[in-house]
Amino acid sequence: MDPKLINDCVHCGFCLPTCPTYVLWGEEMDSPRGRIHLMKQHVEGTPVTPEMAGHFDACLGCMACVTACPSGVRYDRLIEQTRAEVERTHVRDPRDRAVRGLVFGLFPYPRRLRLLRPGLGIARRLAPFLARAHPGLGAMAGLAPEVARRQRLPRLVRARGPRRAVVGMLTGCVQGEFFPQVNAATARVLALEGCDVIVPAGQGCCGALSVHSGRRDQARRLARRTVRAFRKAGVETVVVNAAGCGSTMKEYGDLLGEEPGFRVVDLSEWLAELGPAAERHPLPVTVAYHDACHLAHAQGVRAQPRELLRGIPGLELREVPDSAVCCGSAGTYNIFEPEAARDLGDRKAKAVGSTGAELLVSANPGCTMQIAAAMRREGAAIRVAHTAEVLDASLRGVGL
Amino acid sequence: MLDELTAALAGILPADSVITDPVRLRTYECDGLTYHRATPGVVVLPETAEQVAAVVRLCREAGVPFVARGSGTGLSGGALPREDGVLIVTSKMRRILEIDLPDRRAVVEPGVTNLAITEAVRDQGYYYAPDPSSQQICSIGGNVAENSGGAHCLKYGFTVNHVEACEIVTPDGDLVTLDRMDPGYDLLGAFVGSEGTLGIATKITVRLSRAPEAVTTVLAAFESIERGGEAVSAIIGAGIVPAAIEMMDALAIEAAEAAVACDYPRGAGAVLIVELDGPAQEVERQFAQLREICSGAFELRVAAGAEERAAIWKGRKSAFAAVGRISPAYIVQDGVVPRTALPRVLAEIDRLSAEHGIRVANVFHAGDGNLHPLVLFDDAEPGAGERAETVSGAILDLCIAHGGSITGEHGVGVDKAKHMPRMFSPDDLDTMQLVRCAFDPAGLSNPGKVFPTPRLCGEVPGVRKGAHPLVESGKAEQF
Repeated sequence: MDPKLINDCVHCGFCLPTCPTYVLWGEEMDSPRGRIHLMKQHVEGTPVTPEMAGHFDACLGCMACVTACPSGVRYDRLIEQTRAEVERTHVRDPRDRAVRGLVFGLFPYPRRLRLLRPGLGIARRLAPFLARAHPGLGAMAGLAPEVARRQRLPRLVRARGPRRAVVGMLTGCVQGEFFPQVNAATARVLALEGCDVIVPAGQGCCGALSVHSGRRDQARRLARRTVRAFRKAGVETVVVNAAGCGSTMKEYGDLLGEEPGFRVVDLSEWLAELGPAAERHPLPVTVAYHDACHLAHAQGVRAQPRELLRGIPGLELREVPDSAVCCGSAGTYNIFEPEAARDLGDRKAKAVGSTGAELLVSANPGCTMQIAAAMRREGAAIRVAHTAEVLDASLRGVGL
Repeated sequence: MLDELTAALAGILPADSVITDPVRLRTYECDGLTYHRATPGVVVLPETAEQVAAVVRLCREAGVPFVARGSGTGLSGGALPREDGVLIVTSKMRRILEIDLPDRRAVVEPGVTNLAITEAVRDQGYYYAPDPSSQQICSIGGNVAENSGGAHCLKYGFTVNHVEACEIVTPDGDLVTLDRMDPGYDLLGAFVGSEGTLGIATKITVRLSRAPEAVTTVLAAFESIERGGEAVSAIIGAGIVPAAIEMMDALAIEAAEAAVACDYPRGAGAVLIVELDGPAQEVERQFAQLREICSGAFELRVAAGAEERAAIWKGRKSAFAAVGRISPAYIVQDGVVPRTALPRVLAEIDRLSAEHGIRVANVFHAGDGNLHPLVLFDDAEPGAGERAETVSGAILDLCIAHGGSITGEHGVGVDKAKHMPRMFSPDDLDTMQLVRCAFDPAGLSNPGKVFPTPRLCGEVPGVRKGAHPLVESGKAEQF
C-alpha cells in the first residue's frame, strides 16, 4: 500500500454518504475514510487482523468515493493494493477459502462456465440447501440467471452500409456464457452503426474479477492473453459492453506496466462519439437506467448511455433515486458478502420500483442479475435489458 | 474503571454497537481536524435517545467523561475523543421522524445529514437553510453542537436561527426538551453552539424554509483581491443583502480547479460568488444594481440554470479538501473581522505569508467577514509545520486586533481553546464556566473543549466532590 496515496486523504468525510456500507451501517471503519485509516495503521506496522480484513472485504469496490473525493484520493488503487496485501498475509477460514477457490477457478474461464449452463436451473432451486453449506454458495446459486440459447459470434461482423470504423469487441466470460444475447445485440448495433466488428478467438477473461479481488498475478496472466488476442487482431479500438471489464481494461497500463497498444471504450461511449447514423425505430417503453458503478464511477460514463436511450423515439427514461449508490452486486461481492449485498439489493430494488418503469436497463451483467433477483424477492419482478439490447431492438425495429 | 463501564455498556446496547477492538477504535481517533488525535477508550453507536441517556447515566455513575460525535467532519476537534472516556457516535440515529410542512418544521434524529433534510422536502418547494460546505455529510446533531453556518447564513442566519426545539440528554442522563417557545431563559439558545459541553441532542426540530421564487447566481472575476473586497463593501453599502457573498483568491481557485475543474475565469486574482434570491422582481432589481457595482470585474458570469449554479458552487464547496491537491498538508483557519477591515486584514495576511515563507489560500464568506485562510505547508519539511502554526495563530491575533473573533462557524473545540484568553478576560471565562457547571457540574460532557485550562469545576474528569467554589463563596447559585 502506497503511503503517498494514503496521505492524500485529508479526512474530510465527503466520501461517507456515497459509500454503500456506510449507508447501511453508519460505522467509521466501514467507510472509505475509515478503511484508509486502517490501511494507514497497517502501513505503520499493525498486522492485518481478522477484523481489519473483514472491513476491507466488506468494501464493494464501487468507487463512488473516488467520484466524491475533492482531494483526488485514488481509493481505487489503494483498495486493489490492500486486497492483494490481504490475500498475501491473511489466512481465511477454510470454508471461505474453498468458496473463493471455486469462484476464481470458475468465473474467469468461459469454457468452465459453459459446462455449468445446463445446471443453472437446478442450482437456483438448490440455493436454499447450498446456503446451509456456505452462505456464499447459496447466494451464487440464487443469482443464477435464465440463460438464452448459445449464440456463436463470427470472427468478423461486417458493417451495414458505409463502413465508418473497425473495432474489436470483448466477449467476456460471464457476459459471453450467461448473457450471449447481449453480445449478439452489441455486435449487431455496432454493425448497423457502420462498424466492422472483429471478435478475436482466445481473448478469454480480461482479468477484472481477479484484479478487483486482489489476485493480481492471476489478473496479469489473464490480461496478457486478452491483450495478445486483440493485438494479433490488429485493432486500434476495443469496444467493451461490460462495465467491470471496461474499467479494468482501461487500467491495463497500470496492471501490466505497459500500455496495451489499443484504446478501450465502453459501448455507449463509443456510440455517442461516433454519432447516430442508423435509423431509430420507436420503442414505447418506460426505462429506469441503472448506473453500474464501474461505468459511472470508475469510467465516468454517465451521460452517454442516457443520451443513447433518450435518442430512441417513444422511450421514456426515468432516473433512479440515489443512483450513485451501488446495488450490491460488485463483481463477486454478492457471493462473498451475501448479507450486505442483499440489503443493498433490497434498497436498490425499492429505488428502481419507485420509478414505476417497465424495464430496467444497465450496462453490467452483475448488476442486472443482482437487481433482478432483489426485485423478484420484493415480488415486483421487472424486465431487464442491457443498453445494447434496447438499441438493437430500436435499430432493427423489433419489440423488446 | 473503563473495563467495568464497558461491560455495563454491553449490557444495555446490542453487541455490535459497542466497539472495543483497538484497530477499530483508532479509526475514531480524530474528526475533520487530523492535527489532534486520541484513541477513544470505547466507542458506542446507540440507535435511540433512550440508549444515549442510558450510556450517559452509566458514564456519570462511573465518573467517566464522554464525547459525542456525529459524522466526524468538524474542523476544530470538537469531537476529539478521550482516551479515558466513551465516544458516543450518533451516526446510526438517522431517521427523519416527522415532516410537518404546514408548520414548516421537521423532526429529525441527530445523525441525519444536513442535506438529507433538504432532499426530503425539496420536491415540495422547501429547504433547510444553513448550508455548511460539508452539508452532504455533516450531521444535524453536529450542526447544533457547533452552531454551524454556511455560505447562505449571511441572509438567513446560523443553525441557532433554524432550530425550534431540541430533545437533549443532559450530562446527568435525563432526557429533556428545550423549546424555543418555552418562557423564561432561552436555554435552547444556550445549548446550540455549546460544542457538546452541555449535553447531547437526540432529537432536533428544525425550521424549514420556503424555496425562494427566484435565484440568481453570479460569478464575478476580479484582477485582485482588493478589487473584490471593494465590491463586497459596495454591495452591502448599497443595502443589498444577498443570500451569499463568497470570495476565493487565486491560490484557492487553483486548488478548486485541480479538484473539480470548476472552470472559473482564467487569470482571476479573486472571484466573488454572489447569490441573490427572493421574489423575482426584487432579485431582478438587485441584479441590475449588482451588475453596476461589479463593473470593475473583468468577467461576470450568470448561472443560466440549476446545473450551472451547482457548477459555480462546486468549486467553492470543495475548496477546503481541494487544497489537498496543491499542498501535502494545511491548516483550515476560521476567523472573523468586520467587513470594512477585510482589505487591511487580507493585506496583512499576505505580509505574514511572505515573511514566513508559508502560502496562504483564502476562501471566505465575504459578506459577513468570516475568513477561512488555508495555511499550506509540507509536513515532510522540518519546521514547516511550526511556521504554519505561527502564521495560523498570527492570523487569529489579527482578527482579534481588528475587533473580530477567533471563530466564525467552526467552533472553538480543542484547537482554539488556547486562544480564548486572548479574546476574553478571566472573569468572562469564569462566567461561561458557571453556565457550563449549571448543566454539567461533574465536568464529564466533552471536557477539554472550549475552555483553555482546567479552571473551577470544568475540566477535571471525575465527579465533583463538594460544592463549586463560586457557590461556596456565595457568588453563585446552582440549579
